[in-house]
Amino acid sequence: MSPSKSWIVIIAVIVALVGIRLSIGQGMGKVYVEQVDTVVEVEAVAKTKDHDGSPAQTVKWTQFNGVEPNKYYAAQATNPAQTVVTLSWPRTFGLWLGAFFTLAIFSFMYRDNPGYRLAEAVIIGVSAAYWMVIGFWDVVVPKLFGGIAHGFVIANVLPTLPAPPTEQVIAMWFALGLGGILLMRLSSKGAWISMWSLAFIIGVTAGLKIVSHVESDLIAQSVATFKPLISPQAGATGVIELGPTVWASLANILIVVGVLCCLTYFFFSVEHKGVVGRAARVGIWYLMITFGAAFGFTVMGRVALLAARVEFLFDDWLWLIDPAGKRVVEVAAAAGSFLFQ
Amino acid sequence: MSGFIATLERLDRRWIFLAMAIAVAGPIVYIGITGKTLPETSTPAAQAVYDAIEALPKGSRVLISYDFDPGSSGELLPMATSLVHQCAARDLKMVFIALWPLGPQMVTDTIKRVITADFPQMKEGVDYVNLGFQSGNEAVMKVMLTDFKKAFPKSEKGTATGQIPMLEGVTRVKDFPLLVTISAGYPGAKEWIQYVVSSSGGEITMVTGCTGVQTPQLFPYFPAQLRGMLGAIKGAAEYESLVNASLAPGDNSPVPPKYLEAQRRMGPQLGAHLLMVALIILGNIAFFAQRREKAQVKS
Repeated sequence: MSPSKSWIVIIAVIVALVGIRLSIGQGMGKVYVEQVDTVVEVEAVAKTKDHDGSPAQTVKWTQFNGVEPNKYYAAQATNPAQTVVTLSWPRTFGLWLGAFFTLAIFSFMYRDNPGYRLAEAVIIGVSAAYWMVIGFWDVVVPKLFGGIAHGFVIANVLPTLPAPPTEQVIAMWFALGLGGILLMRLSSKGAWISMWSLAFIIGVTAGLKIVSHVESDLIAQSVATFKPLISPQAGATGVIELGPTVWASLANILIVVGVLCCLTYFFFSVEHKGVVGRAARVGIWYLMITFGAAFGFTVMGRVALLAARVEFLFDDWLWLIDPAGKRVVEVAAAAGSFLFQ
Repeated sequence: MSGFIATLERLDRRWIFLAMAIAVAGPIVYIGITGKTLPETSTPAAQAVYDAIEALPKGSRVLISYDFDPGSSGELLPMATSLVHQCAARDLKMVFIALWPLGPQMVTDTIKRVITADFPQMKEGVDYVNLGFQSGNEAVMKVMLTDFKKAFPKSEKGTATGQIPMLEGVTRVKDFPLLVTISAGYPGAKEWIQYVVSSSGGEITMVTGCTGVQTPQLFPYFPAQLRGMLGAIKGAAEYESLVNASLAPGDNSPVPPKYLEAQRRMGPQLGAHLLMVALIILGNIAFFAQRREKAQVKS
């Protein structure tokens, strides 16, 4: 079967299964919201040098909070004409979009395809745009503009932004200068000027990291390695117990031996022969066990993420399972409970 | 036997993907329908997190940093939920911050699910507060060491930090008896240890919940620089089990499903790990059989 035909078959099967699921019980993939009207009395603000002042006023807004389907069914049962808890079409569309993109990403495991490439492009585009917006509204506006043009920012954008201290204003002018210089990279002739900003960034980063690494990794970790090879463990009565003492001592011996052997493996000034060679061999075993543990934890992490996506598909989208009790018992769940219990 | 080995050697990797999908989806459906979870026994690292929170006097302030985003919420949100559950039940005052831009939304979600739903008597600004996201990574941590309010000048809702009742008397990060970070990467637990715990000369007690990828990197810091650690979803399940056992009402009423999320996810873990072990064994059998075959051909 050609790739395009096999994709048509796969999509047709998925659409058919979803169609069947939609026709059973309460359907699937719907999001409900509750309308909450809020009224806040805002006190008058006196006029200051940073603020024009404002009179007392009443501010009203309506908030739509996501609710469980059970709440919608209960509200409908009480009053079928109610409009407080309703189906949210935008959020329902978002849910279906989430399901589509999840399946599109999973589809790569079968074969590369336009659905996967679309999902990949959307993720990259959205992430880049999101980071740009975050950078602008959380860094450039409150810190840079909030420092050098505070009055303008609180009057037009962020009314609650605290006034910056003088040192922040100076630092922000300095940052603006360095930022401007950094953009000189775009110029073919003046690109070298941007090296000043890069030198500053690298210098500050190195300065910060050297101190913290020496304190937390070199000194503190070296101290943590100096362990007593015999570690007596006293029980609740104060008497030293043999079993815990043996285990604690063994753990300490393994740490000390492991550190020495791994260091020997990376010590290349002496040929790895004889005692040194055997110690280096033990070091390799320690490293392999460490890599194995790291691999195991990575697998666990990835499976947890996969499980979360599968739960999303089965619970939020398909309504096949309902571990959180958000809906009434569905047909599939009822059939399942008949099979499993 | 040789036919089986030949099949293994030619096996299309998509069959493995399908097997993994079934190994993960099967337990999810089973647990989702029956509600049964696997029993958990806590390891010292998870027990230490629980003990560090239990040791705090009632009304103590806990600084909780949400250093993750929805990308890792499958692993980290269950432990964050249990952590807030234990802190709220112990009447501790929670100060939420985030060094990841999407952290504040995760905080809001946890507040809604745990505090607003089950502890409605707790008041915002008095018992808990969300100070939102602050950009700057390690620089924010360094500022917090000397001037907490400078690092977080206002709350997520715009209230000046100096006007928040529960933050009265807080000048530096050292004023919090416990620092908790739920960490997915950079900046996260490692940076907190390097820039805050170590710089304070060990005066700050810190525990963390982290992703599986980070866990092996953070184990060397436990227990000297890191008082407790929840490693991946397993650590979350152990901790969740400890918290649920200690907070279980005496009337044997069931634990709300939202507090069983990590334990539910251990089912797919079991299925996936059994499959992985089986695949590694099969792979090794195929490898050694192939090597033997080659040796026989040579001789």
